[in-house]
Amino acid sequence: MADLVLKNVEKAYGEVKVLKDINLDIKTGELIVFVGPSGCGKSTLLRMIAGLERITGGDFSIDGVRMNDVPPAQRGIAMVFQSYALYPHMTVRDNMAFALKIAKKSAAEIQAAVDKAARILQLTPYLDRLPKALSGGQRQRVAIGRSIVRDPKVYLFDEPLSNLDAALRVATRIEIAQLKEAMPNSTMVYVTHDQVEAMTLASRIVVLAGGGISQVGSPLELYERPENEFVAQFIGSPSMNLLAGEVVETGATTVVRLENGGLARTHVPTQSADKGLKVKIGVRPEDFTETDGDAIHAGEVEITEALGEVTLLYFQKTADGAQIVAKLPGIRPELRRQTVKLTANPKKVHLFANGKSLLYR
Amino acid sequence: MHPALQALFVIVVGVGGCVTYFYASNLLLDKVLFPASGPNAGRNTNRANMIRPWLFLFPALFLLSLYLAYPVFATAWLSLFAKNGDFVGLGNYTRMFGEPKFGESLANNILWLIVVPAAATAFGLLAAQLTDRIKWGNFAKSLIFMPMAISFVGASVIFKLIYDSREADLSQIGLINAVWLKFDGGVGSFLMLRLVPFLLIGCLLLAITWAGWSVLRPLLRGQGDGLLVKAARILGALVAAFLAFELGIWLYGIATNDLPFGQPQVWLQKPYWNNFFLMAVLVWIQTGFAMVILSAALRGVPEDTIEAATIDGANPFQIFFKIKVPQIMGTIIVVWTTITITVLKVFDIVLAMTNGQWETQVLANYMYDKLFRALDWGMGSASAMIIMLLVTPILIWNVVNARKEMR
Ligand SMILES: Nc1ncnc2c1ncn2[C@@H]1O[C@H](COP(=O)(O)OP(=O)(O)O)[C@@H](O)[C@H]1O
Ligand SMILES: [Mg+2]
Repeated sequence: MADLVLKNVEKAYGEVKVLKDINLDIKTGELIVFVGPSGCGKSTLLRMIAGLERITGGDFSIDGVRMNDVPPAQRGIAMVFQSYALYPHMTVRDNMAFALKIAKKSAAEIQAAVDKAARILQLTPYLDRLPKALSGGQRQRVAIGRSIVRDPKVYLFDEPLSNLDAALRVATRIEIAQLKEAMPNSTMVYVTHDQVEAMTLASRIVVLAGGGISQVGSPLELYERPENEFVAQFIGSPSMNLLAGEVVETGATTVVRLENGGLARTHVPTQSADKGLKVKIGVRPEDFTETDGDAIHAGEVEITEALGEVTLLYFQKTADGAQIVAKLPGIRPELRRQTVKLTANPKKVHLFANGKSLLYR
Repeated sequence: MHPALQALFVIVVGVGGCVTYFYASNLLLDKVLFPASGPNAGRNTNRANMIRPWLFLFPALFLLSLYLAYPVFATAWLSLFAKNGDFVGLGNYTRMFGEPKFGESLANNILWLIVVPAAATAFGLLAAQLTDRIKWGNFAKSLIFMPMAISFVGASVIFKLIYDSREADLSQIGLINAVWLKFDGGVGSFLMLRLVPFLLIGCLLLAITWAGWSVLRPLLRGQGDGLLVKAARILGALVAAFLAFELGIWLYGIATNDLPFGQPQVWLQKPYWNNFFLMAVLVWIQTGFAMVILSAALRGVPEDTIEAATIDGANPFQIFFKIKVPQIMGTIIVVWTTITITVLKVFDIVLAMTNGQWETQVLANYMYDKLFRALDWGMGSASAMIIMLLVTPILIWNVVNARKEMR
C-alpha cells in the first residue's frame, strides 16, 4: 500500500530550477514511467522521491505522510540504479542481505528472504559469486533482488536497462513486467528515455520536458490523444509528422489547407471562430495511406527502408525543412524516386495550434 | 665554491647530462645504427624499437646494480669477518644475538612496526574521510600533509623542543611539560588524565579485541582459506592479543598510577614510554602521506554504492566501515606496508632524539653504532643483513599489492 503524492514539487540547484510545478498522484499498484529527453530531470525527480536529493520546494508524501525530510531508509522505498551499484566486495548473497543485516533481522529470516528472491530471479547458482564474476544481465537481476528482499512499498528504477544489450533489454523488460504482475500491491516508478520501454511497461506515463510535466496518461492515451506537439513527437517511432496549414472549414470535421498545397481532414472539432487559424496537423507515419485524390502530402521518395512487414518512406525535405516519413505495409522498395500521394483517415489526424492539441480546449 | 652554487652546478650537470644521454643515444640509434631509411628501413625500425627500452633503462639499471645490488653482496660478505679481519663465519651473528642491546633494538623495532603503520594509516584514513566533504577540507589537508616536507631530523628537533624539560621554577618551553604543570590533581586532572584516557584506551582495547576476533573467527568456523591466509589470520590475531594485553596494562596503570603532579618530567628518559614519544614524530610525518593516498582512494569509491547503502538503511559509520573501507582495502594495505618499510629503516629520529639511550635503541641505529662508532664492520654488516631480511618480505608483498591496485 503506497500512494505517492507530489504537490508543486520543484528542484533548484542554486539559481537554476531544473524542475518546477510537479504535481502528480501515484496510486498503489501503479507502474509509473517517467520519460523525457536526456537531461530533462527524470533522475532528479526520482532521486527526490528516494530522498537522495533535497526537495527545494513543494511537498512530497507517501500514504499521506510528508516525506520531504524523512531519510531515504525510512521511506519504505528501494531503488535500482542504472549502473547497478552493487557492492563490489560482497558476494551476491551479501549484496542482497545487506539491508536486512543493517535492519538486524534474524539469520533465518535473511536466509529465507534471500533464497526466495534468488529463486524468483534465477540467481540461486550465483549466490556465492562476487559481482565482477557476473554478466550485465545477472548484475541487474542482483540489483533488483536487493530491492525485493526488503519488501518495500515503492520500487524506484533509474534507467535499469540502458547498460544492457538489445536482446537482454527485451528479456529483462519482460522480467520486470512479470515482477510487477506478481506484486500487485507495490508501487513502481520507472525512469527511462526509451519510449518503447515506457509504452510496454507503464500503467501510466509521465512525459517530462522543459523542467515540467508535459502530459500524464496511459500509453495509449499518449499515443492517440497527445496534449501537445512535444508529446506527439516524443511518443511513437518514427515520430509524428507535423505539417503547417490554415483552417478553412470548421465543424465536427475540420478541413485544413496545408502550406504544401495539400488538404487535410480531421475529426477534431472546431468552432466557426477558428476559421483562418494557423495550425499544424499531425499524422503518424503508420497512419498514412496512398491515395489518388486529395493528398495531405505529395512528393518524391528519397529513401526507402524495407523492414519486411512495413516499408518506411523518407520524402524529400519540404520547403520549411521538415522530413516527412510514411510507414506503408508490405515490402515497397520500388517506390524509391517515385512521386507518392498520401492521405490519412480523419480519425487519425491530430490538430495543434500554438503547440497545443485542439482536442483539449 | 659556495655550497649552494655547488648544488646548483650539480643539478644543472645532472639534469643536463640525463637529457643529453637520452637525446644523443636515441639519435645514435635512429640515425646511425639502424636508420629508418634505405632498403632495410622496416627491419631497422623493429630492431631500434627492441633496443630502445634497454638504452633508456641502462643508466638506472647500471646505477642500481652499482649502488644497490653490489653492496648487498659486499655487506653479506663483510658480515662474515671479525673486527680484526679474521674470517669468523656466522660468529658475528651469534655474538649479536647474545647482546642485550640487540634484543632491545629488535623488540623496539617490532613495537614501532606494530604501532606506527597502524596509527599513521588510521589517522590518515580518519583525516581523509573527515576532510572529504567540508569547504576548508583542502586547506586542512595541506596542513596535515606539510610535515611530509620536513626532514626526519628537523621533525625530531621540533619534537625535542615539545618534550623539553626545565627546573620546576623556570618557565617551561616544552609544550608537554607546560601543559603537565597545569594539572594539580583536582577534578580537571581526574577528568583529563584518568577518565578520558581510560575511556579512549578502553574503546581502543575493545576495538582491537573485536578486530582480532573477526580476523580469527573464519578460521574457527572452518572457512576454506589457503594456508597463507590461515597463517595471516593467526598472526593478526596474535598481534591483536598482544596489543590488547598491552593496553590492558595501560588501563590498569591509568586507573592506579600515582601521578607526580607539579614536577616537570623528562619525557624522553622514561623507558618504554619514550619509545612512543619517538613514534609520535614518525606518525606525525606519515599521517599526511597516508591521508593523501587514502583520500584519492576514497574519492574513487563509486558514489552510487554509497547511495544504495543509504537507501538500504546504513548509517554513516556503517557506510564508512562496510562500504567504503572494504572497497579501498587494497590501497590501505599498500599504504600500511609502505609505512612499515619506512619504519623498519627508522634511524634519524632515534639518532637525533635519544641516540638509542634509555632503552630506545632500534636496529638501524644499532647498525650505525657498530659501523661508525665501534668501527666493527663485521657486526655492522651483520645487523644490516638482519634489517634487510626483515624488510624484504614486506617489500615483496607491497609490490605485489601495488601491482594488483594498478590493474
Ligand atoms: N548537482 C547538480 N548541479 C547542477 N545541475 C545539476 C546537478 N545534477 C543535475 N543537474 C542538472 O539537472 C538536469 C536534470 O538532470 P537529470 O535528472 O540527471 O536528467 P535525466 O533526465 O537525464 O535523468 C540536467 O540539466 C543537469 O544538468
Ligand atoms: Mg538520468
